[in-house]
Amino acid sequence: MENVKIIDILGADDTELTRISKEGILSLNLEEMHAIMDYFRKAARNPTDVELETLAQTWSEHCVHKTFRGIIEYQEQSTVHGPRSTEKRRTTNDLRRTTIIDNLLKQTVMKATKELDKKWCISVFKDNAGIIEFDRDNAVAFKIETHNHPSALEPYGGAGTGIGGVIRDILGVGLGAKPIMNTDIFCFGFPDLPHEKLPGGVLHPKRICKGVVAGVRDYGNRMGIPTANGAVIFDNGFVCNPLVYCGTVGIMPKDKCFKETKPGDLIVAVGGRTGRDGIHGATFSSVELAKDTEVSAVQIGNPIVEKKATDVILQARDKNLYNAITDCGAGGFSSAVGEMGKDIGARVYLERAPLKYAGLTPWEIWVSEAQERMVLAVPPHKLDEIMAVFKAENVEATVLGEFTNDKKLVLLYKGEKVCELEMDFLHDGVPRFRRKAVWDAPETRPPRLCRGEVSLRRGVGAENPEQILKKILSHPTVASKEWIIRQYDHEVQAGTVLKPLQGKENDGPGDACVIKPLFRSNRGIVISNGINPSYGKLDPYWMAASAIDEALRNNICAGGSLEKCALLDNFCWGSPEKPGQLAGLVRASQACYDMAKAYGTPFISGKDSLNNEYFDQDSGKKISIPPTLLISAISVIPDIGKVVSMDLKSPGNLIYLLGETYDELGGSIYYSVNGLNGGMVPKVNPGKAAVMMKKLQKAIREGIVRSCHDCSEGGLAVAAAEMAFAGGLGAEIQCQRVNVSRPASVGGQATCQSLRNDMILFSESNSRFLAEVKPKNRRKFEKIMNGNKSPLTPLSKGGNGGIYSVIGKVKKDKRFKVYGLNGKLIINADIYELKEAWQKTLRW
Amino acid sequence: MKKAKVIVLRTAGTNCDRETVFAFQAAGADVDLVHINELIQGGKNLEPYKILALPGGFSYGDDIAAGKVLANELIYKLRQDIRKFVQSGKLVIGICNGFQVLVKTGLLPHSTLTFNDSGKFEDRWVYLKNVNRNKCVFTRGIKGIYLPIAHGEGKFVTDSKTLKELEKNDGIVFKYVDGKGREAGYPWNPNGSMDGIAGICNKEGNVFGMMPHPERFLSRYQHPHWQREKLPEEGGGLKIFKNAVQFAARHL
Repeated sequence: MENVKIIDILGADDTELTRISKEGILSLNLEEMHAIMDYFRKAARNPTDVELETLAQTWSEHCVHKTFRGIIEYQEQSTVHGPRSTEKRRTTNDLRRTTIIDNLLKQTVMKATKELDKKWCISVFKDNAGIIEFDRDNAVAFKIETHNHPSALEPYGGAGTGIGGVIRDILGVGLGAKPIMNTDIFCFGFPDLPHEKLPGGVLHPKRICKGVVAGVRDYGNRMGIPTANGAVIFDNGFVCNPLVYCGTVGIMPKDKCFKETKPGDLIVAVGGRTGRDGIHGATFSSVELAKDTEVSAVQIGNPIVEKKATDVILQARDKNLYNAITDCGAGGFSSAVGEMGKDIGARVYLERAPLKYAGLTPWEIWVSEAQERMVLAVPPHKLDEIMAVFKAENVEATVLGEFTNDKKLVLLYKGEKVCELEMDFLHDGVPRFRRKAVWDAPETRPPRLCRGEVSLRRGVGAENPEQILKKILSHPTVASKEWIIRQYDHEVQAGTVLKPLQGKENDGPGDACVIKPLFRSNRGIVISNGINPSYGKLDPYWMAASAIDEALRNNICAGGSLEKCALLDNFCWGSPEKPGQLAGLVRASQACYDMAKAYGTPFISGKDSLNNEYFDQDSGKKISIPPTLLISAISVIPDIGKVVSMDLKSPGNLIYLLGETYDELGGSIYYSVNGLNGGMVPKVNPGKAAVMMKKLQKAIREGIVRSCHDCSEGGLAVAAAEMAFAGGLGAEIQCQRVNVSRPASVGGQATCQSLRNDMILFSESNSRFLAEVKPKNRRKFEKIMNGNKSPLTPLSKGGNGGIYSVIGKVKKDKRFKVYGLNGKLIINADIYELKEAWQKTLRW
Repeated sequence: MKKAKVIVLRTAGTNCDRETVFAFQAAGADVDLVHINELIQGGKNLEPYKILALPGGFSYGDDIAAGKVLANELIYKLRQDIRKFVQSGKLVIGICNGFQVLVKTGLLPHSTLTFNDSGKFEDRWVYLKNVNRNKCVFTRGIKGIYLPIAHGEGKFVTDSKTLKELEKNDGIVFKYVDGKGREAGYPWNPNGSMDGIAGICNKEGNVFGMMPHPERFLSRYQHPHWQREKLPEEGGGLKIFKNAVQFAARHL
């Protein structure tokens, strides 16, 4: 054959098979190579390079989620701590209980959705994005993707194509949705990391951060989609492998939510041209990064090409000119055509693909991840009309081939057959993984008190509570992200009715964003997120539970609706081949099931990015990122006129704390700024929390909550301070009035620490809100919170499921005051000084 | 009274077209959203329209300079039509990228809009003071207005001769000011514009360009402080579109 290479696998031994996979960046393991060998042995021939590349792409972790869909042997080992030592001792009944998990995704995340069976879920886990009902005529779709490895190598291009890719997911969901909002969440190393601590070949975190922000800015702004929500986490676990999550929400008519490719439909490629950029993106995401990783796997973006394609595709959709559409993402044409023709078959003439430049081999054309390309299934009699729509706006479109009925994938290049694979083998032939997961519970003992903590208890000393509060406000994870937010056009399309920056001077940190997608309707969507990798280092189960609680908290306190709220999961993990890493993934997934069920909030879509590792040549070790789960929440509300911002509104109003505070400082920013590890990770009681959230939602709908903010990183003190300086008002908080609950017991071990100011102020216990209420509405508010039951009635007997108390007041003077447990003033700070501490860190 | 016909022109990279269409509809106009190819290829022409709007966005990616490519298309491919439209006293408004296009076509006095002093794209709400002595058709009856800007190339620059002419001809329309209506530096003047100029019009007052986005403030819910302040239902930006539509209905 002239244009392709034949790869001799039939005559290869295991060493040779491994070499073929590794050198070709195919990321296929030996078992998979054997499956391929068996297939071709039956066919009595060797594969072409096109066939091998097609299989590698289709079977990549990125595309088929082999770990989540495989078989996992999960073991838990319980550890017991000696009474006076920190060393771990395994007891005799050392747990060796093994659970077999057949398809983790189906057993956890998807199972919750299935069991909840919400009528307003239109399409879940099937398509490019999850789709839920918006109003009688419209639906909204939501998807979040990661683009971690490309962003590590080339931050600007990697992040830009990350957002470009997820926009195409929305454009290619069902018969296509119109993008109406972007959300971006990043995890980086500390921006002030000393250069000498940077491993070889790694870009500095500040450089990565700036590049990623610029990439998202330039792509998102040019697409005319408001980037109105996000978060940025700084932790040195992400120095070598940053995380870049990009998400898009779209709106579509309800009758355009499903697609069906039909035999005889023409395969039409629309948009950008194919080039050599982004070769092996799908398979390369399964390889750990290293000093010499090739940058050619990063795609090159051009947002205006995508904007043009978006404009014409939505016109063609409204004229019913095609039967199916999907985006070219990871795996390029191979993935798009392969998926669309999965049940019927497809025939493609590769030489027809318009190229950026000559010289691409057939396999490169087929798997290139060049950007801005969509594939449509067009009935032949509509071809002329659809081509006219594209031509009218100078959008290039080409008929690549047709969908057939022979259940085969056939590729031709200049008359030569370069690939012939059975669709069944291509899509179902991948051997299932069988992997081991072993959970070894980490240290939960609280760390010994440090100097800061001791002085905090006394309320005196070098580091008084005010200084600690300022230090926490200056922590980059807590600090103002205004420098980033303002670079995004967060108001284009004119529907951002609750903006990311709020308050008197438009600079307070909003909890969620609210979009009103239709000009002539007051219905809206509330978008929020929850993420906290610090908890992941302690226990991925509680990290996942906390992320879900946080996403829901953010959503509810802005005016979202728990009854019509859907979730997305995005797992970023280290290598699933490490039993400890995999066990964490199992635990996090279990939490997803437990929480989704308890809150009644189904998952509608998700993605996993595993193998987030860096091979450090100096130490010879593979470094994993901290396990990180991003949870995003979308809820639909009937009236955007009821939503609430987080800034304090008027002096004299009462400040309520809803929820219980526990001694849960593990993974907190307070520990982080004091250099402490360990401790109790925040837990969630979803039953109680859901009841509380529904009551708060009712109070917000009745219009008696003037401002509301959740307690997250930095705890109660940070939340209250943010509300104060965002509103340009003072506040007075009494620690004595805070409901502190008995520490929960974990792993058979209870922590017994006395009540302390620092715990009250900085514990990051979940399910807590601060709400501002006018004194005249006090009774009304409390009646809603009591639910006509005494506050002391247990939950099992229909009690209010939570505790609330007035912990302070809004003040006219611009001072933030906190009274300690002994009634003494322990913080008395000017709000503008606190604001300055909060703003200065990331004011680049 | 017959509804004024408005053409909102779009091209590759235009992205504030829908909300601009809605703004004119809310102001009572009959609006068509038209791709520039339709005008160039002759499928449509400017004749039936009274108002031409160039909305915000990144026309052709703002390659070369913001608005430059679309400006060239207007001057070199639609020269006669545009000239006739403007000379007959019909109205033209350019918002953000549309303003950048207008200065680069030469339909507005000799000036340009260049990179913000901050060196980056910024989205923020700004206070504007109307300093026009009534020449500009679009802004009559407006004293001050609070609107968002969202641009990377919005710094207004001109030479001293043009600046004097602008003042003499009543061509300066909006200036960036602080919350109390005084001229001020960054962030009140968000891009470093000369004399704080945010919007200008031609000598006749029928061609108007501004960097801030009036189409993003048509209802109180778009205002960043709607939960803090008592605001009228109608947003301050709508008046600009109403002025144009009413003028067109009466005089054109």
